[in-house]
Amino acid sequence: MPPDPAAGAATREIVIEVLRYRSETDLKPLLQAFRVPFTDDMSVLQGLQYIKDHLDGSLSFRWSCRMAICGSCGMMIGAQPKLACMTFLRDYYPGPLTVEPLAHFPIERDLVVTVGGFVKKIESIYPYLIPKTQRSLDEGEYLQTPLQLARYETFSDCINCMLCYAACPQFGENPDFIGPGAMALLQRYNGDSRDGAQAMRMDLVHTDNGAWSCTAVGNCSEVCPKQVDPANAVNQNKTKSALDFFLRFLGRPLYWEHTASDGDKP
Amino acid sequence: MKVVQADIAIVGAGGAGLRAAIAAAEADAALTIALISKVLPMRSHTVAAEGGSAGVVQGHDSLADHFSDTVMGGDWLCDQNVVDYFVAHCTEEMVQLEHWGCPWSRKPDGHIDVRAFGGMKIERTWYAADKTGFHILHTLFQTSIKYPSIQRFDEYFCVDLIVEDGRCQGVIVIEIATGEFVLIAAKAVIIATGGAGRVFLQNTNGGIVTGDGMAMAYHHGVPLRDMEFVQYHPTCMPGTGLLFTEGCRGEGGILTNKNGYRYLQDYGLGPPDPWPRNKAMELGPRDRISQAFWHEERKGHTISTPHGETVNLDLRHLGASKLNERLPQICELAKHFLGIDPAHQPIPVRPGVHYTMGGILVNLETAAPLPGLFAAGECASAGIHGANRLGSNSLSELGVFGKMAGTTAASYATGVVTAPIATLERQAQDVERCALSLIVAEGGRERPAVLRDEMARSMEGGCGIYRLGAEMLAACDTIANLKERYRNLRLDDRSRVWNTEWLGAIELGYQLDVAEAIVHSAINRRESRGAHQRLDGFETRDDASFLQHTLARYRPDGPPQIDYSPVIITRSPPGKRAYGAEAERIEKAAKEASHAA
Repeated sequence: MPPDPAAGAATREIVIEVLRYRSETDLKPLLQAFRVPFTDDMSVLQGLQYIKDHLDGSLSFRWSCRMAICGSCGMMIGAQPKLACMTFLRDYYPGPLTVEPLAHFPIERDLVVTVGGFVKKIESIYPYLIPKTQRSLDEGEYLQTPLQLARYETFSDCINCMLCYAACPQFGENPDFIGPGAMALLQRYNGDSRDGAQAMRMDLVHTDNGAWSCTAVGNCSEVCPKQVDPANAVNQNKTKSALDFFLRFLGRPLYWEHTASDGDKP
Repeated sequence: MKVVQADIAIVGAGGAGLRAAIAAAEADAALTIALISKVLPMRSHTVAAEGGSAGVVQGHDSLADHFSDTVMGGDWLCDQNVVDYFVAHCTEEMVQLEHWGCPWSRKPDGHIDVRAFGGMKIERTWYAADKTGFHILHTLFQTSIKYPSIQRFDEYFCVDLIVEDGRCQGVIVIEIATGEFVLIAAKAVIIATGGAGRVFLQNTNGGIVTGDGMAMAYHHGVPLRDMEFVQYHPTCMPGTGLLFTEGCRGEGGILTNKNGYRYLQDYGLGPPDPWPRNKAMELGPRDRISQAFWHEERKGHTISTPHGETVNLDLRHLGASKLNERLPQICELAKHFLGIDPAHQPIPVRPGVHYTMGGILVNLETAAPLPGLFAAGECASAGIHGANRLGSNSLSELGVFGKMAGTTAASYATGVVTAPIATLERQAQDVERCALSLIVAEGGRERPAVLRDEMARSMEGGCGIYRLGAEMLAACDTIANLKERYRNLRLDDRSRVWNTEWLGAIELGYQLDVAEAIVHSAINRRESRGAHQRLDGFETRDDASFLQHTLARYRPDGPPQIDYSPVIITRSPPGKRAYGAEAERIEKAAKEASHAA
């Protein structure tokens, strides 16, 4: 629950303009202004909670963990895609601060956007380990050195907050573009030394809506709150895709093996 | 009303729910599984678990040690047959997660690494940096996509269970995007909805942790067991309650008071050196460390901040490079939320509510007394945590008992048939009418947020780290009064599409019932044990009267009926709960005695 600004130390007031849209009654989205008292440690999420608890209970937005790990509260804050829980009101004083739903997604209600399309993209890239070699539970874990882990670890840190999609001009133009987040997840598995399904996933990379749709603007990595660097994932896939294309003519395997510099093999 | 028919309905798609879904799908590919969650699965609160997950792997470790640490940590209120099953299956669950891709942190030789954790004699906590729950949850979610028989209902809110012919036969849910009700008829229902920490004020929990499944089972006559045992995690951010993992201390972090003194040595956990040392000082159990904070605060040894008294979690000696490798999220939280770099400054921390040890009564097979109903994870009381859970046992629990629930429910579902849909639908329509009454009711005056805040303050006052009869009684009265006022709610939002005020009001109803079960269970336990500590004449453990589980049974017109049931003790009779030097002395004496014999 948000701290009670009345009880805190230095309280100031900021105007937050929130985009409102209720499909049952509103013809179009409109900004609604609220005066919100805040202390220096209050996040934008806590500001929205203050509005909902004290000023207007009908404001709808997603949130849960409050600590930038569940990925629920992505929204446009001052026209930038950000996590509301990790963005602070003090940085926008005296306002007005505009808070809108994530760009490039259909609005369902107020700050809530449709997420089904994004989830489908994730589901489409075989987002699970397809082991190179089978191993029974009795045989224990697959070995993987810290260096091998480091090759994909960053990509495994994606919290699915979709900020990168809101920042991606290409996704804005073409909603079918697989996009930065799903591409990072694809690379998370393709880069995993235990996985053996790179070829299957590379087929997706080659398609019209795959890596080549990316125009290398790099906004995705700039807005990523977890330093996942999806632009790098897309880039790595472009390199591989090009290499695949070249190797095709030489009759070599069509995908990248985990052979390069595997001196770190356990 | 829209009707969906499934063999198994699972409510909650966090660690336990996803593990159950996969286990059921693997048990019988022909079964249809409805996996229902009020949020996208990766938003579930498993995501916020940081430190790690227990499973014996080292040569000098043993299942017997994991067993005795768990039973002693739980102050002998654990069902020992269940603990035995649990410790024997933790490691294979961790290996299973590894086979599914979980990015466990590794040793240079490629094997998984383990870290020290509170109350654990030997290092057995598997970890993925300090985002273990996040990685487990995403691994399970992504793996679940492989199974076509798992049909997800993302962002569907569960309103009630359907109980017909004395069996649980489905659930009624609201599609949040439309506000439409859906009846999901099922031969077996698994509840995996997590804990209820949000009934308290300062807590580490996400907003969704509102005890939904506990309350639904409770309404249908299933007892909630051992609800008075609420875990205060000792190292949380003042104000927000955000968590700084026990892994900080597992990696060597220390706790100091305003004088820079490692005060835990004054509370039966010392001496401070050598450090780090398992089952001593900062690696003591959570209940003891939170209790020590309480005493330091009263002695005036804590540090005042705008959000209350704090002590220092000091990680500076670990150095920037180790901090970045092992505790990157902790560094990020400290930086963003407190403006602190833990490599150069200590982190101010204080205890916050973290975990509900109690929950829906289930047996070793995860079956509740209501046929057709199963429960796993934090919402359940399987019997492994007793009066105080050890850190890193709950993530393992999601795997071990999530799998058990999926397997057991699958086998149960193949042997029963559901009642005619029309019968179930009539029941569902009653539930729909009742839930809709919240948004159509006229003339109400109470704002849900006001009642929610009063509940949370009252629970913090009555069921804190230390408890007094008079304060618990006051909380009982407040909760009863809030339940009255709840009948008089006024919502600003009368719409159906994404009406989160409405869903919040339903959650508040769940929370008030769970809060009432907690405080009445607490006031009736006239002893001190684990996380339930009293200061009003019941300061010691009383095995003669209270080596028993509390059972709270719902009564529609008043406070719960409180009963007791025996604790299953197989091989570890209640003994002294000792840590630090005292534990070392006892162990040495036991060794000498066994050599002499």
